[in-house]
Amino acid sequence: MARSGAANRVTRMATAPEKIPIRLTVNGNHMELTVAPWTTLLDALRDHLDLTGTKKGCDHGQCGACTVLVDGRRINSCLTLAVMKQGAEIITIEGLAHDGELHPLQQAFIDHDAFQCGYCTSGQICSAAGLIAEGKAKTADEIRELMSGNICRCGAYPNIVAAIQQAKERS
Amino acid sequence: MIPFQYARANDVADAIKQIATDPSAKFIAGGTNLIDLIKYDVEGPSRLIDISHLPLRSVEPTSAGGVLIGAMVPNTDLAYHPLIEQRYPLLSRAILSGASQQLRNMASTGGNLLQRTRCFYYYDTATPCNKREPGSGCSAIDGVNRINAILGTSEACIATHPSDMCVALAALEATVHVAGPAGARTIAFADFHRLPGNTPQRDTNLEPDEIITAIELPPKGFSANYSYLKIRDRLSYAFALVSVAAALELDGDTIKEARLALGGVAHKPWRSTAAEAALLGQRTDAAAFAKAADWLLHGAKGYGHNNFKIGLARRAIIRTLGQAARGTPQSNSDKKIR
Ligand SMILES: Cc1cc2nc3c(=O)[nH]c(=O)nc-3n(C[C@H](O)[C@H](O)[C@H](O)COP(=O)(O)OP(=O)(O)OC[C@H]3O[C@@H](n4cnc5c(N)ncnc54)[C@H](O)[C@@H]3O)c2cc1C
Ligand code: SF4
Ligand code: FES
Ligand code: FES
Repeated sequence: MARSGAANRVTRMATAPEKIPIRLTVNGNHMELTVAPWTTLLDALRDHLDLTGTKKGCDHGQCGACTVLVDGRRINSCLTLAVMKQGAEIITIEGLAHDGELHPLQQAFIDHDAFQCGYCTSGQICSAAGLIAEGKAKTADEIRELMSGNICRCGAYPNIVAAIQQAKERS
Repeated sequence: MIPFQYARANDVADAIKQIATDPSAKFIAGGTNLIDLIKYDVEGPSRLIDISHLPLRSVEPTSAGGVLIGAMVPNTDLAYHPLIEQRYPLLSRAILSGASQQLRNMASTGGNLLQRTRCFYYYDTATPCNKREPGSGCSAIDGVNRINAILGTSEACIATHPSDMCVALAALEATVHVAGPAGARTIAFADFHRLPGNTPQRDTNLEPDEIITAIELPPKGFSANYSYLKIRDRLSYAFALVSVAAALELDGDTIKEARLALGGVAHKPWRSTAAEAALLGQRTDAAAFAKAADWLLHGAKGYGHNNFKIGLARRAIIRTLGQAARGTPQSNSDKKIR
């Protein structure tokens, strides 16, 4: 049944919702934090863990700016509740470089000038890391299709596809 | 976001017990629709019962020769599962035409069936909407209704069901397995979603305290002659204006069996026995396809902005049947429609 409205909700809530302690592994580091049930993974990363590399674009699953890897798979962190990812392994854009060396995708995005304002870039790169791990995209058409969840308002698409092709070949 | 409590369900019985004791609670699986609706204040559950960790994640052959799909299987895993890719490629293609890879990684099989309409007014709490607020009126009938339904509508609601996966499941005649306080039961796919009638607030015949546990596919997969064609405003990552699932069994170029379902045009995936019967025994030619299209669209009605859908659907049906007959299904990455 559809039922809605904040007004109804107040009367239904018998006791105030409690904050919930969670453990996450973020970029290889064990993190313990306490969040309200409605905290998204995106807000937990940005506001609780100060990892602001992951961006909030639409906050509704429509742009891909918030893409991170959870247990190796790319997802939209804006539609994910942090409490539902208890114990998960999260990789954000901050976790891709190793020992001061850029991830091949980061290097490829620089080599191909695959951004203008850069707002979508961390989501693009995390999404592309997921795409390479999936191993389903072989052609440029397939890269375009499987990267369609990442919108670039600056329209850097041709260079983004070229950068992903370079990183794919070298991975 | 708006406050709610959170609890994890330990097993299916626990999930049913939890939902039965709190009528204002909701299950959450992938969260891709429910979290969005909570953010817009369209849904306001007092408690979310997390069913995402339930062990309903397998895709297994059944003794009847079909396949049983757990309700928590993510859309991506289902689309790429070898059993589905090989035996039910129509389902695989339909799933991969929907949303984005990130969303498909999150979305569950059960949740996909229960996603709500994308009607603009349903999302806009400042406007009347019978689905959101029964009795308040329908803003779409005389409003911006370009994305709304042309078939099976009522005075109360002209919303469409937005799923791609469900269009394929309808064509394949899947069965929905559900469980509730009164026990387990199965629902034929055609009986799962409802037409709006006078109760547009009810999308399906699932009871509020029931949980979907699995989807069962019958043995027949139509893997040789099928196609899923989705027409939308962008080439990817957009909901269907019109989509067609076509599946044929051929003897030479004579049609022995036909399945045809439309998405984006009604409150549920749209099928017609007359349209499918009209194809039986026919040669696979455009005249036969056009006749089936006319049957399937029988009674279609536009509401102004969406009048174009009638002609678009007719042409899309003919194209999709042709693709199925030739054994050249629509590709999701090469966007040319051949
Ligand atoms: C930007 C965007 C674009 C999209 N584009 C498309 C598209 O092109 N095509 C398409 O088909 N879909 C599209 N989707 C929708 C997406 O496919 C659905 O949101 C998704 O399938 C829902 O599954 P979920 O597991 O995330 O559901 P949730 O959001 O977790 O749940 C949805 C509803 O189902 C209930 N529920 C979930 N599982 C069960 C169960 N097992 N038993 C009982 N109740 C249950 C929940 O209580 C809730 O009411 C899009 C979504 C977004 C955000
Ligand atoms: S079509 Fe249905 S969902 Fe859209 S405004 Fe009318 S009642 Fe609401
Ligand atoms: S911020 Fe998550 S998809 Fe736009
Ligand atoms: S670089 Fe500006 S949005 Fe992509």
